[in-house]
Amino acid sequence: MMMKWRGWALATGVLAVSAMAQAAPPTAAMLSNACAGCHGTNGGSAGPTMPSLAGQSKEAIEVAMKKFKSGERPGTIMGRLAKGYSEAEVTAMAEFFSKQKLHPTSQNLDKAKIAKGASLQESNCGRCHIEDGKEGKDDTPAMASQWLPYMQMQMADYLSGKRTMPEKMKEKVDPMSKEDIEALLHFYASVK
Amino acid sequence: MTLDRRSFLKLVGAGAGAAGAVGLPMIGQAAELMPKSAKRVVVIGGGYGGTIAAKYIRMMDKSIEVVMIERNDHFVSCPFSNLYIGGVITEMGTLTIKYDKLTANHGVKVVQAEVTAIDPAGKSVTTSKGTIAYDRLVVSPGIDFRLEEMKGYDAAAMEVMPHAWKAGPQTVLLRKQLVDMKDGGTVVMTVPLAPYRCPPGPYERASMIAHYLKQNKPKSKIIVLDANPDITSKGGLFKKGWKDNYEGIIDYRPAKKVTEVDAKAMAVMVEGLEEVKGDVINVIPPQRAGQIAVAAGLVGDDKNWCPVNATTFESTKHAGIHVIGDACVAGAMPKSGYSANSEAKICATNVVALLNGKETTELSGINVCYSYITDKDAVSVAGVYTVKEGKIIAVPNSGGVSPADFSAAKTEAMYAESWLKNILTEMST
Repeated sequence: MMMKWRGWALATGVLAVSAMAQAAPPTAAMLSNACAGCHGTNGGSAGPTMPSLAGQSKEAIEVAMKKFKSGERPGTIMGRLAKGYSEAEVTAMAEFFSKQKLHPTSQNLDKAKIAKGASLQESNCGRCHIEDGKEGKDDTPAMASQWLPYMQMQMADYLSGKRTMPEKMKEKVDPMSKEDIEALLHFYASVK
Repeated sequence: MTLDRRSFLKLVGAGAGAAGAVGLPMIGQAAELMPKSAKRVVVIGGGYGGTIAAKYIRMMDKSIEVVMIERNDHFVSCPFSNLYIGGVITEMGTLTIKYDKLTANHGVKVVQAEVTAIDPAGKSVTTSKGTIAYDRLVVSPGIDFRLEEMKGYDAAAMEVMPHAWKAGPQTVLLRKQLVDMKDGGTVVMTVPLAPYRCPPGPYERASMIAHYLKQNKPKSKIIVLDANPDITSKGGLFKKGWKDNYEGIIDYRPAKKVTEVDAKAMAVMVEGLEEVKGDVINVIPPQRAGQIAVAAGLVGDDKNWCPVNATTFESTKHAGIHVIGDACVAGAMPKSGYSANSEAKICATNVVALLNGKETTELSGINVCYSYITDKDAVSVAGVYTVKEGKIIAVPNSGGVSPADFSAAKTEAMYAESWLKNILTEMST
């Protein structure tokens, strides 16, 4: 009986088909959709402490995941999750989210702070956080429309030394007052 | 020569179809509610799994008609309902979603009805409003209770000793009983043997009740009668959290299986021997897949949970029917809201592929689950899942629980709030 089945399968090429029925490896969408429970559908976050990934730069996500994985960037669950993915899988997810449309957020922001932040951005941060923070140079993350509470939490980590600032960022941030930094974050959050 | 998948299925399907034509007796009298023209997926259940399956199928393929059947016109989240019970959140609205935007944004057709039968051979679902035909069916019914294992726990007893393990009026009732209890009272909570919905849920609830008692009724205590030999999930974290915050308030008793309740005497019986009385009693009974999954013959040899294919979540009992969420056996993925969300997307991807005769895609899943210890401290468990030799496993050397010293607990409490916001937004927009 078994031989008969095998013979029939070989003759008809069904073995090739059953290999296909084993399913393709996870696609970028399969990998990325799993993140959306926390980061929102297609990476557009509705939760103020959870960053949007939609429209984020591919390089920024790759670097973030790498640093979460190694522990260089402090995190809570992200370190544990990042360890579950290969480099190729991270790249696939980073590409997926970078292709999504920027997620506009509706936040309570201070107009005066936005105006102050806009001028600070231009003179201090614009070389890396280009296009008003809609894009980033190399692995610089896009900041536009990002949630203010999330950025405030990250900035607190930078200032306390828990998270290491890139050299160029440190040069700009060190002389700034708390008010300056707050104004900058309001500005980035306001960019649509 | 190679056959494509569809021809292959046609070729082999004839035999399988004949063998599969068991199912339930046809209920032929009910009128067809909505005649089928295009390819159609019917989704049973509008919770953490069902809403996401319905939405993502439509996001992936607009040519597929999706009909989601749910008995209520809204859904109340079990995750975070313990915070309502503990008084940390005060509005049930925070936990509640509606379905109108799933219709407006994605064209999901929502039918508010009770599903009474599934006919796997005839590919149709019988509801209180009529029958609905399908090409593929996604069943996401959550859990029901094995009341035969909890003597005396009937519908009337539930109004006296709430389970609050399906969020809604039961949640409000348990909260009210705690508020009405005198200071110096005893709360009794029973935990069933695993597996049950939300492994850390009972221990978060004990924490939230203890938080309320500590703030408002400091002479009171809570006795936790756990059928399991030890805390089922995040054990070390709960033990430390309880020691640091609720010493003398939480009286945790492992290996105490409650098998009987007496609503009049306000007492529960451990293995029919030891009686424990309480002023407020929260009975969390043993569980199985939602009743419709049992009635449709989707449960496995254990008669409780539904075995499924680890790639497609297609039932191994009936072809063409997929089971997701708490009701299914998903290997290492726990029975949690986030698992249901993740499983729904995996299932949606492969339902769309199967309907279009395309190749299926292997699973990649995530679980993220937060538990509050106090109003400002939360701990988490997170995992990434893959398939190995047909079984869902956690990716080795990934995932895990929060640091044991609670150094992240304040931050995690903030992240947890956004978790709820995002996952409920995903389900309702």
